[in-house]
Amino acid sequence: MIIFDLLNYWVVIILMMIGFFIVISRGNLVKKIIGLNIFQVSVFIFYISVGNVRGGTAPIFLEGATLYSNPLPHVLILTAIVVGIATTALALSLVIRIKASYGTIEETEILEQDKQ
Amino acid sequence: MLFSIFGLVSASFFMNKDAVDVAFTEAAVGAGISPLLMLATLAIVGRYQNTKALPTRPLISLTIVTITGALLIIGTLDMPAFGAADAPSQLHVAPRYIQDSVEEIGIPNMVTSVLASYRAYDTLGEVAVIFTAGIGVLSLLAFSHANRKEKHLIDDIIELDEHKILRIVIKILVAPILIFALYVQFHGDFGPGGGFQAGVIFAAAIILYTLFFGINVGKKVVNLSIVRVFSAIGLLLYGSVGVVSFVSGKNYLDYHVLAENPQTAQHIGIVVIELGVGITVACVMMLIFFAFFERIGKDKVE
Repeated sequence: MIIFDLLNYWVVIILMMIGFFIVISRGNLVKKIIGLNIFQVSVFIFYISVGNVRGGTAPIFLEGATLYSNPLPHVLILTAIVVGIATTALALSLVIRIKASYGTIEETEILEQDKQ
Repeated sequence: MLFSIFGLVSASFFMNKDAVDVAFTEAAVGAGISPLLMLATLAIVGRYQNTKALPTRPLISLTIVTITGALLIIGTLDMPAFGAADAPSQLHVAPRYIQDSVEEIGIPNMVTSVLASYRAYDTLGEVAVIFTAGIGVLSLLAFSHANRKEKHLIDDIIELDEHKILRIVIKILVAPILIFALYVQFHGDFGPGGGFQAGVIFAAAIILYTLFFGINVGKKVVNLSIVRVFSAIGLLLYGSVGVVSFVSGKNYLDYHVLAENPQTAQHIGIVVIELGVGITVACVMMLIFFAFFERIGKDKVE
């Protein structure tokens, strides 16, 4: 069944599009960052799904086990998660500074102030 | 709150998909630290959205999103079935990691051997990114050194409603969490775990403590200037392992110079660089946390 075979990828896409929608349609910078985060997690899920092997076990050597999940995506994603929180923190601190100097975190209001 | 649950749910998904190492990290980061930072930011910038400022183009964005999503779904139709063992992604480098890593590196956790040995360059880069982001946050939210006994708004809030029971629970919990972090750090070769997870868990323990006892008490527990130095030392430790093999005439981050027996050499190399990763991650997370929470109440919120 094609639906069951690809269901995971579709869920990823839906999640990704939710994140994308928030990023492009919301003017509030904090909401944009939340959208980016959802987008990011969808990519994580995508990688892990690709690395998954049906009937496999976690990639830790085990007597008798022959089928393991692909360890490479796990490595990439586990570092990406920690890097992701660090960069999110950087983005949030930028938002705090924007709030301090513009008095607002709405995109439209910031653009208006820039024009003046 | 919802964000935290989202993190926890994705962690359980990873667990289910045999990605134990990833699940570990996501549980600590996604369900713990990242929502905390969000809350801190909201406390600083004010939690209400200005409704007038809402952009009036939801329809256009909805169309763009739908079209992109539809195109992506059409793209997936050619993808191999989920979980297929003969998918192209399972046939490239993965078999080598799975079949040879136990013999070549000598440790059972393949994720750790890929992370710290085969792809040590990558990991070095990522640790550098974390360190740089930490510096960035500090320089953006630079905290003042002028007054050490400074009062923080968050401390007043914490003092106001004294959670006696929670405080005792936290006091009991913090030590086991710290020990668990060390276990995760040094047991990462054999079970799930490693420097990244250990660093985050360690920082989470300190953060938890600080949240219930106030920033000034937390600062007595961890000296921030030492933490700042150590965040650099972790990265340096990692890089200097590479320099050692460099000087001995081998490639950068080639662990074989560290000992006669190749497996022992790999083991030493992995333990040292995981330690470097753990130190940097823990220190940067703590620095980011303190930078955010010290900022609360400093800016005017309307």
